[in-house]
Formats: sequence, C-alpha cells, structure tokens
Amino acid sequence: MSRAEVLEPGGGGGDPADGRRGAGAGAGAGAGTRPVSPLWTFGLFRSELTTTFRRWRTLALLGVLAAVPVLIGIAIKIETSDGGSVGGGGPEGGGGPAFLTQITNNGLFLVFAALAATLPVFLPMAVGVIAGDAVAGEANGGTLRYLLVAPAGRTRLLLAKYAATLVFCLAATLAVAVSALIVGALLFPLGDVTTISGTTISFGDGLVRAVLIALVVAASLIGLAALGLFVSTLTNSGIAAMATTVGLVITVQILDTIPQLHGIHPYLFPHYWLSFADLLREPFYWDDVLRNLGLQGVYAAVFGSAAWARFTAKDISA
Amino acid sequence: MTVVIETRGLTKRYRGGQLAVDRLDLAVPAGSVFGFLGPNGSGKTTTIRMLMGLIEPTAGTAAVLGRTMPRAARAVLPQVGALIEGPALYGYLNGRDNLLRYDSADPTADPRTRRARVAEALERVGLTAAGGKKAKAYSLGMKQRLGLAAALLQPRRLLVLDEPTNGLDPQGMREIRALVRELAGEGTTVFLSSHLLDEIEQVCTHAAVMARGRLLTQGTVAELAAGTRGRLAVTTPDPADAARVLKELGVTDVTVAGDRVSGELAVSGEGEPADPAELNAGLVRAGVRVRAFGVERASLEDAFVALTGEGFDVAG
Ligand SMILES: Nc1ncnc2c1ncn2[C@@H]1O[C@H](COP(=O)(O)OP(=O)(O)OP(=O)(O)O)[C@@H](O)[C@H]1O
Ligand SMILES: [Mg+2]
Repeated sequence: MSRAEVLEPGGGGGDPADGRRGAGAGAGAGAGTRPVSPLWTFGLFRSELTTTFRRWRTLALLGVLAAVPVLIGIAIKIETSDGGSVGGGGPEGGGGPAFLTQITNNGLFLVFAALAATLPVFLPMAVGVIAGDAVAGEANGGTLRYLLVAPAGRTRLLLAKYAATLVFCLAATLAVAVSALIVGALLFPLGDVTTISGTTISFGDGLVRAVLIALVVAASLIGLAALGLFVSTLTNSGIAAMATTVGLVITVQILDTIPQLHGIHPYLFPHYWLSFADLLREPFYWDDVLRNLGLQGVYAAVFGSAAWARFTAKDISA
Repeated sequence: MTVVIETRGLTKRYRGGQLAVDRLDLAVPAGSVFGFLGPNGSGKTTTIRMLMGLIEPTAGTAAVLGRTMPRAARAVLPQVGALIEGPALYGYLNGRDNLLRYDSADPTADPRTRRARVAEALERVGLTAAGGKKAKAYSLGMKQRLGLAAALLQPRRLLVLDEPTNGLDPQGMREIRALVRELAGEGTTVFLSSHLLDEIEQVCTHAAVMARGRLLTQGTVAELAAGTRGRLAVTTPDPADAARVLKELGVTDVTVAGDRVSGELAVSGEGEPADPAELNAGLVRAGVRVRAFGVERASLEDAFVALTGEGFDVAG
C-alpha cells in the first residue's frame, strides 16, 4: 500500500482513541477533530478546474484550436469563390482532408473536416501540454508540497488532475466543433446531410451526429491524457514533461504510418482515431469506433495505474 | 511532558547517496516554541519534509501529534500549518485565490467559511490591501507573508515554520515574532527553523542544534546557553596588574586586550565557582583601578558556534 493513503475510519483528524495522543491536548488549542465533508473531493476538483481554465495558457490553447476551423472555412471560401471545387481526397478513406469537398454544399461538414484536421496533431498537442504539466508543473513551482501538506491526499489529487484533464479534452474538442459550426453557418449554406453511404438525413439528425462525433473525438484523447499524466509524475520539470508527451504523440503517429510495423499498429493509441467518420455512415458502423474506445480505456487503465504507483511512492523534495 | 513531535532514529539518505539526516532523536514538547538550528545543509529541511510526509524516511520513525508519519498524514496534517523551504505560489492567481486554492485542498476545511477564513488570514499577515494582486507581482517578503497566511487558514495545534522571517523587513520580522508569541499563547506548538540566533533566543523556549545531519543537542534555550560558561570582563587602566591578580584568584584563560581583561570563571568540579563579588574586592584590595566589571552571559550564538565550530564552509 502506498503511503499517505491510509484513511482513518471516518477520515477524521486526531483520533482520541490513539494511545499516544494527548500530545496537543495538553496544549489545549481545542482544534481537535474536524469533520470531513463527503463532497470535498468535488471541491478539490472544482479548484483544479478553475486553476486550469483561468490560466492564460489554457485559454490560448483553446483559442488556437478554435482558430483552425476559421482558417479552413476562409480558405475554402476563397478557393471556391470563383466557382471551382475543392480538390483533395474523397470522403471515403477517412484521411486528413476528408469532408472538405462537402463543405461548400453544407456548412455542417466544416465540423467534421475541422475535427479530422485537428485530431492528428493540434488536439493531442494541446492535451499533451495540459496533462504533461499537471503534476510536474506544480512540482516545479513548489505548490505541490503545499497541496500535499494541506493535505490533498496523493490519490485524490491525481484523480482530480486526471478529471480536470479530461474536462480539458472535452473543452478542446468543443472549441473546435463549436467554432466550426459557427463559421460553417456563417460562410456556407446549411441543409440536409448526405452520409458517406450516400443516403440523406435531416439537418437535425446531422447535428445530433456532430455532437456524437465530438464526444467520440474527445473520448479518443482519454488514453493520451493518462499517458501524459504518467509522464508528468516522472519529472519535476513541467517543460520536460510537456515536450516528452508531445514528442510521444508525434513518434507514435509516425510509427502508425510505417507499413512494416503493421503488427503493432492496432495497439497504438492514435490508430483508430479517424474511425469517427464511420458515424457518418447509414447505418452506423461501430466496430472501429468501439475498438478505439476500448483501446483508450486500456491506455487509461495502464498509464493511470502507473501514474498512481509512481506518484504515491514519490519523494516530493522540490 | 507530552510531545508533539517525536522522532526515533530518523534517517534519510537521498537517492544519489547523500546522507542528509542521521539517526535523529528529537522530542518537541507540547506548548513549546521550538527552535531548530543548524548550519546550511545540516538537514533541517529534510527533517521537516519527513515530518510532513513529503519524503519517506530511509530508517527510523517520526510521530507528529502522536501519530506515525507519513501513514497518518490525512489525520494529522489538517491540524498542522507548514511553511517549508519558502513559500510557493501560483503566479497567475492573486493572493486571495492562492489561499482559496490551498484551502480547498484541505478535506476538513469548511467551504462555507472559506472566504471569511482567507480574509482573516490575509489580515493577520498584513496583506489585506495586496490580496487582489497577482502573486507573481509580489515581493519576496510579500510571498513569505502569503505563505504564512496559508499556514494560518485554520486553527492549528502545530505550526512548522522553515525559516519564516527569510526575506522580511525588520517590521515584518517583529510582526512574525509577535505572531509566533501570540499563537504560542493560544496553545499552538511552534517548531521553527532559523539561522537568526537572536531571533531564536527572543522567541523560543526550547531549541535543538543539528550539524551534518546529526543532532548535537536539544533542551531549553536557557540550558543551552548555560552550557557555555560566561566570561568575566574587567575594564581597567592597569590591565597587567589586573591579569596577575585575577590569575592568583583562580580565573583561567586570562587574556588582555587594551584596557580590557577577560577570563573564564572557573566552574571546576571540586572548588566553588569564584564569586564575582570576591574577585572585584580582590582587585580593589590589590589597588587595581576598575572602570567596569561584569560577567558576560553566554549568548545562544556562543553556544551554537561552540557546538558547530567556527568554520564557514558547508559540509559536503
Ligand atoms: N532533493 C535532494 N536530493 C539530494 N540531496 C539533497 C536534496 N535536498 C537536500 N539534499 C542534501 O541534504 C543535505 C541536507 O539538506 P537540507 O536542505 O535538509 O539542509 P538545511 O539544514 O535545510 O539547510 P539550509 O539551512 O541551507 O536550508 C544537504 O547536504 C543537501 O545537499
Ligand atoms: Mg533548509
């Protein structure tokens, strides 16, 4: 069992039943046992959220992500303003430039195109920064020792940090999706959606699918968030942890493109990332989406446990 | 005597082999203001880290408020306020929000009284006016004060302060000393490390001295200072005669510097310690003119230097 995690029954302060107590009792400060609010973990989580999202850096990351659809939208608008059509790959294949051709017909496709464009690089980089800095940044600044003597509890602090990182994953994805929806609606017509299978669904149904896809994209980052948090527990330098995590994202993406390594491809966390396009088929094609979610779950479990094992046994001497 | 901090054979060897604390047996009585002294690198901060459960001892045990650390951290630490190796703040948050953050990390802190307690803590360290300023714009002393405020967010049974007056202006130091006395008066035990010996002498009831990771001595401040004998000092226009007479009267280690003659009052096992009054009478009988006569009480600084040596270099 790791240290600092032995909860006294009831979790209270100085238990009067303890044989050697009496120490401070003589001092009579009367500060005896204070009850623990059952909701306090939530308080720590909320504090974690506000500190993350009030940070200038976090807002800048979200701003950059929200700017991507604006750039894509404007570029397509300019390119097609002379009546030409967008080049690039078709919607099948699920590659990077997917959905681009559809945008001029239906602004909703900007959401899918922007998510497909940001998922391989921008989104994981942003998550790598937040997750990598989560523990290491606090260790670097020395604030970690004061959180731990507060005492936040190592497991709870780690959980709160992981939960806040997941909220950031969702916020980052929504920044892209919402910005894309707004830009798409402003620059292009909206209307019924033609699925990849060729059938047509109503705009309302298309919107529901956009929400579903955004959630799946956010969930695609769960594994990476755990990996980044683990890296973050290994060092006392926030910069090093961020760089390592982002470097890992890039390395793994490269490995995923080397055909000779196809044997390990199904185990790489970004391998099924672009499978979200399958949710634009009629009917849904779930197989790869579920494989993706399963893989993220495995990564979260493995690296989450590793982060816990490391963090609860770590000497905090920074 | 109840003890608030008790260590037995506490030892820490850092990764890399540095033996920072070596078989430390410390006992801090309840209600005391305990000064923790030692040259740079003697292991004070390392000891405090072990007491606070931040690092695992290599050997030995540490008990705080009667419970073993770091196992009982979650029960013990809410009753302990700590300032460890200087303050650490979120530069992008203002002073008030920094305290709110630290308070919300404490499971026993009531969220309903949080704002009031934060305001009270700011008031106590004189930061009310600067509470809305970003912490990265704080001066060293202001950061130190905010760090102290974080330790005072709740009523505490024990305060552990690692060099609390570091970076403070003279008024700030006086205020901190007053604060420590006030808290001690309320029954809080204060464990404070410092290099400022007269500061320790002014506020502490007890003290311990460390060097190279080892405990050299611990006890009440009066005992420690008494361990070093006081010196007799005579100012006279006839120093040579005075020195001769004092030697005859049993004063040892007599030295002459200008018109000042000083010597060690013998406190030998068999003989009675020389009575300063008798010595003075002896000088006058011998026709030695005396301008000033007195026994200089040994200061804690003398005791400290006697224990840890004069050398300036930090032990490797
Ligand atoms: N994180 C660490 N890793 C390795 N060695 C360390 C670490 N921290 C401290 N040391 C070593 O442990 C010894 C004791 O250091 P410590 O910080 O406890 O001294 P201190 O008494 O607090 O000194 P100061 O008065 O300068 O604050 C020193 O020799 C130091 O080099
Ligand atoms: Mg120190």
